[in-house]
Amino acid sequence: MYAFTYHQPNDVAAAVALLDEDAKLLAGGQTLLPTMKQRLASPASIVDLGKIGELSGISREGETIVIGAMTRHADVAANAAVHQAIPALAALAGGIGDPHVRNRGTIGGSLANNDPAADYPAAVLALGATIVTNKRELAAEAFFHGLFETALGEGEIIVKVRFPIPQKAAYQKFRNPASRFALVGVFVTQTKGGARVAVTGAGASGVFRVNALEAALGASFAAAALKDATVPAEGLNTDMHADAAYRAHLIVVLARRAVAAAG
Amino acid sequence: MSFSISLTVNGAARKVAFDDPRVTLLDLLRERLDLTGAKKGCDRGQCGACTILIDGRRINSCLALALSHDGADLLTIEGLARGDALHPVQAAFIAHDSFQCGFCTPGQIMSAVGLIQEGQAGHDPERVREGMSGNLCRCGAYVDIADAVLDAQKRLTKLDRKQVA
Ligand SMILES: Cc1cc2nc3c(=O)[nH]c(=O)nc-3n(C[C@H](O)[C@H](O)[C@H](O)COP(=O)(O)OP(=O)(O)OC[C@H]3O[C@@H](n4cnc5c(N)ncnc54)[C@H](O)[C@@H]3O)c2cc1C
Ligand code: FES
Ligand code: FES
Repeated sequence: MYAFTYHQPNDVAAAVALLDEDAKLLAGGQTLLPTMKQRLASPASIVDLGKIGELSGISREGETIVIGAMTRHADVAANAAVHQAIPALAALAGGIGDPHVRNRGTIGGSLANNDPAADYPAAVLALGATIVTNKRELAAEAFFHGLFETALGEGEIIVKVRFPIPQKAAYQKFRNPASRFALVGVFVTQTKGGARVAVTGAGASGVFRVNALEAALGASFAAAALKDATVPAEGLNTDMHADAAYRAHLIVVLARRAVAAAG
Repeated sequence: MSFSISLTVNGAARKVAFDDPRVTLLDLLRERLDLTGAKKGCDRGQCGACTILIDGRRINSCLALALSHDGADLLTIEGLARGDALHPVQAAFIAHDSFQCGFCTPGQIMSAVGLIQEGQAGHDPERVREGMSGNLCRCGAYVDIADAVLDAQKRLTKLDRKQVA
């Protein structure tokens, strides 16, 4: 790790004031600290969000679940309101990495990082969540910009995420057995506006929706509606774990399982 | 520049001074407090050899900056036994031969204590294995580790669990 100066502000405004192009926010540190140890990142200063109380917590506001950016994966997984309103989201959070990672890692850190194999991006996109920063509100579609890239600008901090409560939802992940990251993960939802299918782990440019599967499920939200469905392998990842054709196949299999699990 | 933080380590109040913000809790324990039970395996969150409990929760101490944890309550492997009386999880690891080289063992035991305290795993071996998935064992003692955790869990009534953790 290269040397840095360390700051621990008490509120969002103070954190923003400390940000410049050589500064990095520190949330759970589960991605940033290993990256710095490998010298793949070398921020001149670290702005630790850990003491900013207003960034943590979960609440239900009418027909939405609101999760603060610094809320740990383990707390989302164990939260009664999330279980009641969007059990698929609680299950997703409870399946990230291992217990140690879930006790530190945060939803804000995961979304800002936008790892193409991360779990939360699939939920955010399929549920049509809104990402609230200190500057603006971003729809899920506008937030994710390809591999490890997001719409976040300099001096911008994720404050919270608003998840509309769906009629039905489920997440199925084919996980890498070592890291638990998604080889392919599929999040399906049914809402008044129709069905949504978001896929993580597979796309060469990160999380994406599958229009053909959404159309089929819009007509009939049942696993049988995807019986003969296929997804093209173009634009999907090939790596040491699986090739694009295998991932394309997994998307449909997992989508069917997710719809069945959503009930 | 010099920094100073206050911690409760295994029940005792400690004030620790250091001069670099890069110091992790793992380095602080091993190099400044002479508590070398927590091990440095990978130093990047993948192996669990550095597992400790912070405010009752399992974490990888290699991925925690000491400065982030001023005021925290830490429990390490050194804080488990009461004199010569081993913690039930330690005793179960010996009874079940749950290690070979022993390098991963302090992390395994702390993780097991955390898991039992969370009360999520119950007596389902599959859930215990999943709950212990953050701790790798290069000697492959997994079968005996899971047996020890299940056994220790059975011995600990709900009340005990709170007292020993
Ligand atoms: C062993 C291991 C296994 C894992 N397995 C999985 C898995 O199965 N699935 C999965 O999805 N993830 C997995 N992860 C990643 C984990 O979920 C991380 O916690 C997460 O990606 C980053 O969150 P963090 O809070 O640790 O962020 P940090 O590492 O602290 O920060 C990550 C990035 O986000 C930025 N950032 C943080 N908070 C904010 C904010 N509020 N606003 C703007 N920018 C911010 C930081 O500046 C940094 O660039 C794993 C990690 C490890 C170490
Ligand atoms: S040394 Fe901390 S997880 Fe390996
Ligand atoms: S006993 Fe050797 S690594 Fe586990």
